[in-house]
Amino acid sequence: MSKSKAEEYWRRNIRLIVILLVIWFLISYGAALIAPVLNNIVILGFPIGFWMASQGSLIGFVLLIYVYAKQMNKMDDEFHVSDTDVKLTKAEEKVKIRKN
Amino acid sequence: MAAISSGGDNSIFQSKLVRYYGMFTLGFLALTVIILLLEVSVGLPQQLIAGIYMVLTFGLYAVIGVATRTKALDEYYVAGRSVPAVFNGMATGADWMSAASFISMAGTLWGIGYDGMAYIMGWTGGYVLLALLFAPYIRKFGQYTIPDFVGARFGSNSARVVAAVMAIIVSFTYVTAQVVGVGLVMQRVLGLDYGVGVILGLGGVLFCSFLGGMKAVTWTQVAQYVILIVAYLVPPIFMSIQLMGNPIPQIAYGQALSEINRLENEQNIAKKYIVPFNEPLSNAGAIAAINQANGFFGTKLGTPAPVAIPSATAPELGDWRNTPWDFLALTFCLMAGTAGLPHILIRFYTVPSIKESRRSVFWSLFFIFLLYVTAPSYAALSRLTILKNVVGLGLVKDKAANGREVTSVVGSDGKPLAWVTKMSSIGLMSINDANTDGKLQFSELTINNDLIVLSTPEIAGLPYTISALVAAGGLAAALSTADGLLVVIASSIAHDIYFKTVNPKAKPTTRMNLGKGMIVVAASLTALLALPQLALVAQMVAWAFSLAASTLFPIVLLGIFWKRANFQGAMAGMVGGLIATLWYLVNNYLNPANNIMGLSHLSSGIFGMIANFTLMIIVSLLTTPPPIAIQEMVDQLRNPVGEMSEGGEMIHQH
Repeated sequence: MSKSKAEEYWRRNIRLIVILLVIWFLISYGAALIAPVLNNIVILGFPIGFWMASQGSLIGFVLLIYVYAKQMNKMDDEFHVSDTDVKLTKAEEKVKIRKN
Repeated sequence: MAAISSGGDNSIFQSKLVRYYGMFTLGFLALTVIILLLEVSVGLPQQLIAGIYMVLTFGLYAVIGVATRTKALDEYYVAGRSVPAVFNGMATGADWMSAASFISMAGTLWGIGYDGMAYIMGWTGGYVLLALLFAPYIRKFGQYTIPDFVGARFGSNSARVVAAVMAIIVSFTYVTAQVVGVGLVMQRVLGLDYGVGVILGLGGVLFCSFLGGMKAVTWTQVAQYVILIVAYLVPPIFMSIQLMGNPIPQIAYGQALSEINRLENEQNIAKKYIVPFNEPLSNAGAIAAINQANGFFGTKLGTPAPVAIPSATAPELGDWRNTPWDFLALTFCLMAGTAGLPHILIRFYTVPSIKESRRSVFWSLFFIFLLYVTAPSYAALSRLTILKNVVGLGLVKDKAANGREVTSVVGSDGKPLAWVTKMSSIGLMSINDANTDGKLQFSELTINNDLIVLSTPEIAGLPYTISALVAAGGLAAALSTADGLLVVIASSIAHDIYFKTVNPKAKPTTRMNLGKGMIVVAASLTALLALPQLALVAQMVAWAFSLAASTLFPIVLLGIFWKRANFQGAMAGMVGGLIATLWYLVNNYLNPANNIMGLSHLSSGIFGMIANFTLMIIVSLLTTPPPIAIQEMVDQLRNPVGEMSEGGEMIHQH
């Protein structure tokens, strides 16, 4: 990868990380800060402040990691840097040899 | 197991694995159903049921250990870097979920309600940091240990050794707590002697990690994940059906929360389950721990004067309830600590590629999520059972099977409730009729954190098979974590300290033998530390997160994202972070009046983190930038193409 391309790749990576970390912060720390207020809303018996800390934020965390893996793996393909271009490790070489 | 050791085509390899572990899962479920039916129909004796579970699970771990034993170094330390993302996710899940997660967490939530969610959010949210900030780069770096990364990034063996010592301290406290957990499960559920339980458990751990290192540990952990998740999910499902008429506890417990709220109002319970930021500060734990140590070792350490905040007699100490600071700080320490724990970080060396490392963190958190999202329902349903069915019952003296006379409660049939008598007799709960009205009030009941998970099957009146299943799950959780930790300790000593620092010419066979020797030494030391059953050990696990957060987390983070960070900065940061954390920790633990914004000693890592980041940035800027070679290495780290010049050579040496 050329220097400018590498810089572009890194910039986009950082942008994605920042966006996802802002969401991460809001659903955990943000929701906890206003939990006493959120607890006044009750859905299916769950006070929402309590639900965010016990389940809502967790669902969010799983989705955040999913989005990051998906986006970054897509970006690797776009920059032609996916695993096929990488010099293979021993295990991968073995796999490759069997495939051929 | 042959498929596991051969490389094979990736998709064939994976589909074989799916078939093996799928068959194993079905077999395990079928076994449980068969034993359950045998118990209900022909009255299979309890000891036999416990025996079947123990022999089968330990036997299985041994078989996997033997089948995957290895003499190759990169298999021993990083499982040959060939573990597919899904399976690495399961293994990481088992590695991660310890005795504390499995046995104690639901009990903690039971006791402190909303404030306990710091653990739920902290121990899952840390994976977001791990995924976004660490995993891909750790895989790209592609060596063996976290001190490897620190040593190479900061171009220094002293930084490597400091990181290795941190990794050893953190892992050692952690592994001891696991072994204590094993002893307790064997004692309380299976009726074995605590010491025998510890030795048996350690034997199981040793067998596996000694023979096959990371490779055997990984494939055993996948099986252990299956056992622990089945064991964790079954009791709350039964409880949810019984109490709420809904087989999905994660949804049904919403109604339970509403009922808890109603009953707490009816019974005038001041400390509400769903109200946030309600925890007082106290040094009762420190005093008890010191007294226990004095009793055991015959020492005469002085205890501090009891302090509780808020205090009616000393209002000048303040009242930090209703402020979110301690909750937020604790959550952050647990998250950063999770991302900085060496036994979790090294798991991302074991996957075949960077893409797989990203997928692998997703699967890790997914598998961990299944347990953590269930724990709050476990706690709430148990709390409801106690408030609804046990509080208000008459009190009676009862003699337990072990001969102790305890205060129990009278059930609907006029007899003492068997589980209350049993749990009281083994010290998991106690009743003190403070207002002498002969009836149980909620405030008169004290429970141990371990009670909720270990005795839920009995409280719900389920057959003993379910109790034995829970015991097998608890053991799987503790053993799998201990396995991973022993590998970290062994590799820190044999690889980072001996091979990389003392004797770089050491042959692979010498290094392997030293690693194996270190596993045995670490396991023996662990047994010695675990046998006294010190309360301090459980406490130290909570502190391990603060230590990891304030030492390893900042330097790995800045090492990747800030090229200017240099050796002097990293050393100043690690040492300063450690000192700041320990300073606050000790002072606050002994006397909670020493606090900043109401933060407890559990959150002390936040100060270490601030100190570490500040020192690292200032000292780095005041000294010369890192050499060009290291700056280029950081560029390589960020670029998913190609192989690291240093890491690559290592892999192909063997």
